[in-house]
Amino acid sequence: MAYEPVLLGRANKADSTSLEGYRRDGGYETLGRILKEMTCDQVTEAVKSSGLRGRGGAGFPTGLKWTFLPKGHPGPIYLCVNVDESEPCTFNNRVLVEKDPHQVLEGIALSAYAVKASTAYFYIRYEYGAGMRIMQKAIDEAYAAGILGKNILGSNYSLDVFIHRGAGAYICGEETGLIESLEGKRAWPRIKPPFPAIEGAFRKPTIVNNPETLANVVHILQKGSDWFKSIGVPPDPKNPRDPGSYGPKLYCISGHVNSPGVVELPLGVTVRQLITDHGGGVWKGKKAKGCIPGGNSMGVMTEAEFDTPLDFNGPGRVGCLGLGTGAVTVFDEDTSIVDVLHNLCRFFQHESCGQCTPCREGTGWMFKIIDRFAKGQGRGEDLAVLEEIADKIGIMPGTTICGLADGAGWPVKNAIRKFRPEFEKYIQDGSSKRSKPLPMAAH
Amino acid sequence: MIQDNPMAGIGVEKLSHSVRDQIIGLLPRYPCKQAVTLPALHIVQDELRCVPFWAMREIADILDLSPAEVHDTMSFYGFFRTGEDPLGKTRLWVCRSLACQLRGGDDLLSQFCKKLGVSPTETTGDGMITLEFAECIGACEGAPAVMVNDEHRLNIDQPEKVDALIEELRAL
Ligand SMILES: Cc1cc2nc3c(=O)[nH]c(=O)nc-3n(C[C@H](O)[C@H](O)[C@H](O)COP(=O)(O)O)c2cc1C
Ligand code: SF4
Ligand code: FES
Repeated sequence: MAYEPVLLGRANKADSTSLEGYRRDGGYETLGRILKEMTCDQVTEAVKSSGLRGRGGAGFPTGLKWTFLPKGHPGPIYLCVNVDESEPCTFNNRVLVEKDPHQVLEGIALSAYAVKASTAYFYIRYEYGAGMRIMQKAIDEAYAAGILGKNILGSNYSLDVFIHRGAGAYICGEETGLIESLEGKRAWPRIKPPFPAIEGAFRKPTIVNNPETLANVVHILQKGSDWFKSIGVPPDPKNPRDPGSYGPKLYCISGHVNSPGVVELPLGVTVRQLITDHGGGVWKGKKAKGCIPGGNSMGVMTEAEFDTPLDFNGPGRVGCLGLGTGAVTVFDEDTSIVDVLHNLCRFFQHESCGQCTPCREGTGWMFKIIDRFAKGQGRGEDLAVLEEIADKIGIMPGTTICGLADGAGWPVKNAIRKFRPEFEKYIQDGSSKRSKPLPMAAH
Repeated sequence: MIQDNPMAGIGVEKLSHSVRDQIIGLLPRYPCKQAVTLPALHIVQDELRCVPFWAMREIADILDLSPAEVHDTMSFYGFFRTGEDPLGKTRLWVCRSLACQLRGGDDLLSQFCKKLGVSPTETTGDGMITLEFAECIGACEGAPAVMVNDEHRLNIDQPEKVDALIEELRAL
C-alpha cells in the first residue's frame, strides 16, 4: 500500500499556509484538547512512548531529552526551534515551514507546553526569507485568534513565539552555537556539560528541537503512539541500545537525479528506492557512482551500498556517520570523487568556527591538500596525511568542542577508503580532471 | 579620505528614528538587551547596505554594550559589511555547494563573474549588484540555485536565464 503523507499531507492544498485552511482540516484541535485534558508531564510521556527521535541530525529521543529539564524549575524555560538548516543538500524543513507553517506552530505550542516553556524562539537562517515571512504571517494570525499569547485557547497556559533570523553561518545549527547566536554573540559552540536542558539560552533551561521533530509531535498526540510506532523500523534485536527508527521522515533528494525534491516516507527507505521510485532515476540515464547519504557530514556511499536503509542504524553499517538529515545527493559515474571531496572539504574549512585548533587547522589542511590534488599537484603520501587528520579531529576522538569536525572528517575517511584506486590514479596522472577551472576568487 | 578614519562621522551620522524605534521595539522579546544584536545589525544593514562604525556605536548605546562587543559579534558573521565595503543595491549569492556544483554551479558563478565584470564579494561599478558565493542555500531541488537578497531563484541553468536575471536586477 502506498504511504499517505502526514507531515506533507496538506502541502499541495491551495491555501495550505492560512489559519483558516489549517483549521478547516482540523488544525489546532489537538492543541485545544491537550491543553484541557493532559498535564505537561503526560504530554512528555506520550512523546517518549512514541519513540520519536530528533530529525535534526543526531537522532536523540525527543521525549527523553525533555525529561532532562530540572524538575520543579521556577522558569523561565525556553524552547528554541532550530531552523538553521544549513547542512548542505538539506531543504526539507524549508518546504515544511513554507507549505504548512501552522502545523509547525501547533507542534511548537504542544512541545512548549510539554516542557513548560513560556517563550519559543524560532531561529531561522537568513536565507529562508520566504519561509520567515510565511511563518511571521502564521504567528500573527495565531496571536489574533488567541492561539498564541496569554491564556492560549482559553487555557491557563501562555506562550510567546518570536522569530530570530540568522546571518549565514552553518555553525548556528549546532544547538549551543545557536544559543550563543541568539544571545547576540559569535556562534561559538559551548563546552558540554552543562547541556542546554540544564543551562541553555540566557543561562536558563532550554530545549532545542528541529521543526520536523516538532511537527511529528502534533500527529503523535492526535493519532497516538501506537500509530506512530506502526510506521518505520522497530529496534534491531541484536542491538539492545537501539530505540528503533519510528515514524515518517522527510527525505531530500538532489544532485544527479531527474526529479530532485522532498518526499515523505516511513523511516527506512533505501537510497535506491529514493532514486528510482521518487527521484526519477539517475540524471540523463547515466549510472550513479555514489551519494552523500544525509548531508555533507555523514560521509560517502558507493553505488553498491545503495540498498542500505536510511534509518538511524542503516548508514552506520556501511561506515557512514549516521542518518543525518536524510538528504541524499547523488553523483553519477562521470563525476570525479576528487571534485566531490574538494567541494565538501571547502565547505567545512569555510564553516569551522575556528574555536578549536584541531578543527580550524584540520579542516584547513584537508582542504589545502585536496585542492592540491585538484590542481594536479597531489603526492602519494597525501592520502595517508588526509586520513590521519580526518581520524583525529572531532568529538569522538575527543579533540574538539562540537561535532562539526567529526562531520568534516567523515567524508574524507569514507571517500578514501571506498574510492582509493581513483584517488591514486588521479594523483598519478597529475593533471586536473576539472573540465573548467573555478573562478579564482571563489575560494 | 574620510572613510579611513573609523571614528569618522561620529556625532554627525545618526540612525533614523524608524531604525532606532524598530531596534528598541524588539527589546521586550528577550530577557537581555544583547540578544537584540543580530536583529539590530540586520535592521541597520537593510537600511544602509552596511553597518558603519558609527552605527555600531549607536547599536551598542541602545543595547548597553561596548562597541567592541557589537563589533565582535558582527565580524563573526561574514554576512555583515562594514562602512568601507557596503553592499550594492541587490546582493546576488550564487550557491557553490555540492548539489549545485553537480548541476553546473561553478560554471554559473563564472558566468556571473564574466557578465558582471566582478569577482565574488565585489559590487558592479553602478552600485547595483554585489556578487557573492554562498554555501548551500537550501534550495537544492532547483540546482543550480541563487539568492536575490533573501529570496531563492531556482534552476538558473541556461545562459539566457543568467542574462534575464542580470537585466532584472539592473532595472531595480
Ligand atoms: C555542526 C552542526 C550543525 C548542525 N546543524 C543543525 C541544523 O541546521 N538543524 C538542526 O535541527 N540541527 C542541527 N544540528 C544538531 C543540533 O545540534 C541539535 O542536535 C538538534 O537541533 C536537536 O534537535 P532534534 O533533537 O529535534 O533533532 C547540528 C549539529 C552540528 C554539530
Ligand atoms: S569543532 Fe570546529 S566548529 Fe565546533 S566548536 Fe570547535 S572549531 Fe568550532
Ligand atoms: S547545494 Fe546549492 S542550494 Fe543546496
